Amino acid sequence: MSRTPFRLALTGLAAGLSLAMSQPAARAAEGGVKPPALNWSFSGPLGKFDRAQLQRGFKVFKEVCSSCHGASLIAFRNLSEPGGPEFTPGQVAALAATYQIKDGPNDQGEMFERPGRPADRFPSPFPNEQAARAAQGGAYPPDFSVLAKARTYVRGFPAFVFDIFTQYQEQGPDYIHALMVGYKDPPAGFPALLPGQNYNEYMPGHLIAMPKPLSDGQVEYPKGPDGKAQVPETVDQYARDVAAFMVWMAEPHLEQRKRIALWFMPFLVILAFLLYFSKKKIWSRMPDGSPAH
Amino acid sequence: MAHATDTSTGTTRRDFMLLATGAAGAVAAGSIVVPLISQLAPDAQTVAAGAPIDVDLAPVAEGQAIKLFWRGKLIFVRHRTKKEIDEAKAVDIATLRDPQTDEQRTKAGHEQYLIVYGNCTHLGCVPLGNAPGDPKGDYDGWFCPCHGSHYDSSGRIRKGPAPLNLPVPPYAFTADTKIKIG
Amino acid sequence: MSGHSSYVPKTGIERWLDARLPIVRLAHDSAVSYPVPRNLNYLWTFGGILVFMLVAQIVTGIILVMHYTPHATMAFNSVEHIMRDVNYGWLLRYLHANGASMFFIAVYVHIFRGIYYGSYKAPREVLWILGVVIFLLMMATAFMGYVLPWGQMSFWGATVITNLFSALPVIGETIVTYLWGGYSVDNPTLNRFFSLHYLLPFMIFGVVVLHVWALHHVGQNNPTGVEVKNVEKDTVPFTPYATIKDLFGMVVFMIVFGWFVFYQPNFMGHADNYIPANPAATPAHIVPEWYFLPFYAILRAIPDKLGGVLAMGSAIVVLAFLPWIDTSKVRSMNYRPIARQLFWAWLVVCIGLGYLGAMPAEGGYVVASQIFTVLYFGFFVALFVVGLFERPKALPTSIADSVLASAKGGSAARLATATAAEPNVKG
Repeated sequence: MSRTPFRLALTGLAAGLSLAMSQPAARAAEGGVKPPALNWSFSGPLGKFDRAQLQRGFKVFKEVCSSCHGASLIAFRNLSEPGGPEFTPGQVAALAATYQIKDGPNDQGEMFERPGRPADRFPSPFPNEQAARAAQGGAYPPDFSVLAKARTYVRGFPAFVFDIFTQYQEQGPDYIHALMVGYKDPPAGFPALLPGQNYNEYMPGHLIAMPKPLSDGQVEYPKGPDGKAQVPETVDQYARDVAAFMVWMAEPHLEQRKRIALWFMPFLVILAFLLYFSKKKIWSRMPDGSPAH
Repeated sequence: MAHATDTSTGTTRRDFMLLATGAAGAVAAGSIVVPLISQLAPDAQTVAAGAPIDVDLAPVAEGQAIKLFWRGKLIFVRHRTKKEIDEAKAVDIATLRDPQTDEQRTKAGHEQYLIVYGNCTHLGCVPLGNAPGDPKGDYDGWFCPCHGSHYDSSGRIRKGPAPLNLPVPPYAFTADTKIKIG
Repeated sequence: MSGHSSYVPKTGIERWLDARLPIVRLAHDSAVSYPVPRNLNYLWTFGGILVFMLVAQIVTGIILVMHYTPHATMAFNSVEHIMRDVNYGWLLRYLHANGASMFFIAVYVHIFRGIYYGSYKAPREVLWILGVVIFLLMMATAFMGYVLPWGQMSFWGATVITNLFSALPVIGETIVTYLWGGYSVDNPTLNRFFSLHYLLPFMIFGVVVLHVWALHHVGQNNPTGVEVKNVEKDTVPFTPYATIKDLFGMVVFMIVFGWFVFYQPNFMGHADNYIPANPAATPAHIVPEWYFLPFYAILRAIPDKLGGVLAMGSAIVVLAFLPWIDTSKVRSMNYRPIARQLFWAWLVVCIGLGYLGAMPAEGGYVVASQIFTVLYFGFFVALFVVGLFERPKALPTSIADSVLASAKGGSAARLATATAAEPNVKG
């Protein structure tokens, strides 16, 4: 039997496959602009959140984003829990008390408002999606609670394979940051913008209902001992900080997860080695005692 | 290792290896069990919702009792009459199954308010005695209809199968008629 | 292999129990003294790994149910409650979600191993068919489990997959309405999927028991495909030999599993499933979980609704007929020069189909899917034809001989020994 036909078939298959796989890169290039990959303190096996950054991100969220976007799964108490912004419990109690929370019914059967407690969840700016759309000209500002995990972009082949080993998984914050800094004038030839439309370089399709939310100097950051803000008060920095804060909201136990992995994974490797040598020992002799080559 | 024939000096080395492997395997199995068990404990939301609560006692008139919940547990707040307080104080505690004075069960200066958990210490039923028409048992307190325990006007067990007095939750007066439970 | 039991009760209590319920004898015979071919390679550890994964999924699943709420308005938030508030809830949920993927990785290795070494051939046909049944049950379980978080992919996956049944003539629409319990995917659908997702793993467990029973009745296949002739020389007792090897394989597998759970927990999921289900908007690009992608590619390759569904179904069902499709009498493809190349080509086709399933159904991808679908089924035709004329290489006379030969070093030595011996082919 000649093997040639099979060799040919194999080669053909490989060629076809590589052709098919080379296509998505081209597609991605025409479909949208890939957000630049930034350095995040929480990436990689040793990653941790930058507390100061999360606190700044919370400030941006509270002063800018939260007028339209909710974070309905986040409780005030989360802000003082380990692995997050780690405000003090006192700060959190004071913060919660500045919000009015709907509670009830009371003994008269009526709903009432009371000052917030740390156990309360963040009140959303709109009571429901319909109200949000009505107030926002038909657009729905998505809830922030898990948004950093809900946003991504196509990585394509072979990048997605390498991601397994490099542990790259920051598509969400990269995209969110890019979106914040991606407001530009539409390029020549782009169809004229209708009212309520804005051009954004990184939005799929480039049309976004949200007007440019951040501008330089809009949010005042805590001052250092020299009386100056310790990080620049720019859109780029605001975007980084709020994106990091959103990652924490979406993955509040990220630090605990990586901390456990830090001892559990090496421990598994050691166990594997021990098992391997035990296996070799056991297999060195057959049941009748004869050596097993 | 029933099939292994220990012939050479390899034995001890092999035994050590197997021992170390077994120990490491036990540690691995143990560490996997930790999250499986600790997930049974109250979750963070439940713990946070169990923070202290404020209660205003002013609406509770003399002779009345109300029910409220803290951490999902039923609490009785009873505004006792003079007669009930006197009865509670008159008892010789040496005769009690669970000896406690009325002073130990109320806050000084606020003896008219009795605040106790509202589940029978026998098997957890809710004793009767809060509503005006309820049976109050033989001692002007509560009567548990499930198995017939009688509590006195200080919430102490006097008759029936229950072993202990109705426990007093942690609370403190923040004003004359305001308390914080927890 | 179901030979004489070697269990000897030692104490009075053991003898008393053995006379009434020989459960210790059963455990001893099937997990201690059970003879295992001594030449099994590490691909054979995946059976044990699969048992481990099944148990892990059931344990984490039962725990997740303690905190999950199967209701259309609460399911999404209750999963987030697990991720945020429950002690180690994030770990248990990531273990369960990634566990499904790891389960499929292991089962695919297990299936391809069975095909390469001809483990479906007589007398192991029933063993093999039970395996295909387990695979089908696993797919149903995984699909329904993916619906439970009630995210966008859950909702639209459920909509698309249940709509497959509407392709059936006459009764299709009724079946779909009955699956949904309404006129669209909604709360009744979620509730019944939850119920079935809880039930099916125990059915899998039952079929696994049958699968292992059949395995222990006919004995394990091995890389040479030659049957055990002399239990003394060809086999080793399950404990400690196979036990320690399986444990090693399991821990290595757990390292990979742990890598995903701890470092890339959302790699094998979809970002869209972190958006709560919205019946008014389909995600731009909807794809099933990766382990369904090859079959999804076959579904989309056929430009006809019913035809696509039938092609997808046959792609799985055809596996059950492998024992009769493959006409060769030689089991292991190590000794089948042509079939072996067919196998590797087919593996590439399967991976290629998986890739195409993830791509949008447009232009060149559709044509490629159609070519690969033909190649997928072509493998089975080729296997039938090749078996009729292929001249296999000489087989070793026994398992012990093959072990000795490979120990002497080099494939040359093995070939020499093998050709010197009379080719031994068992039906």
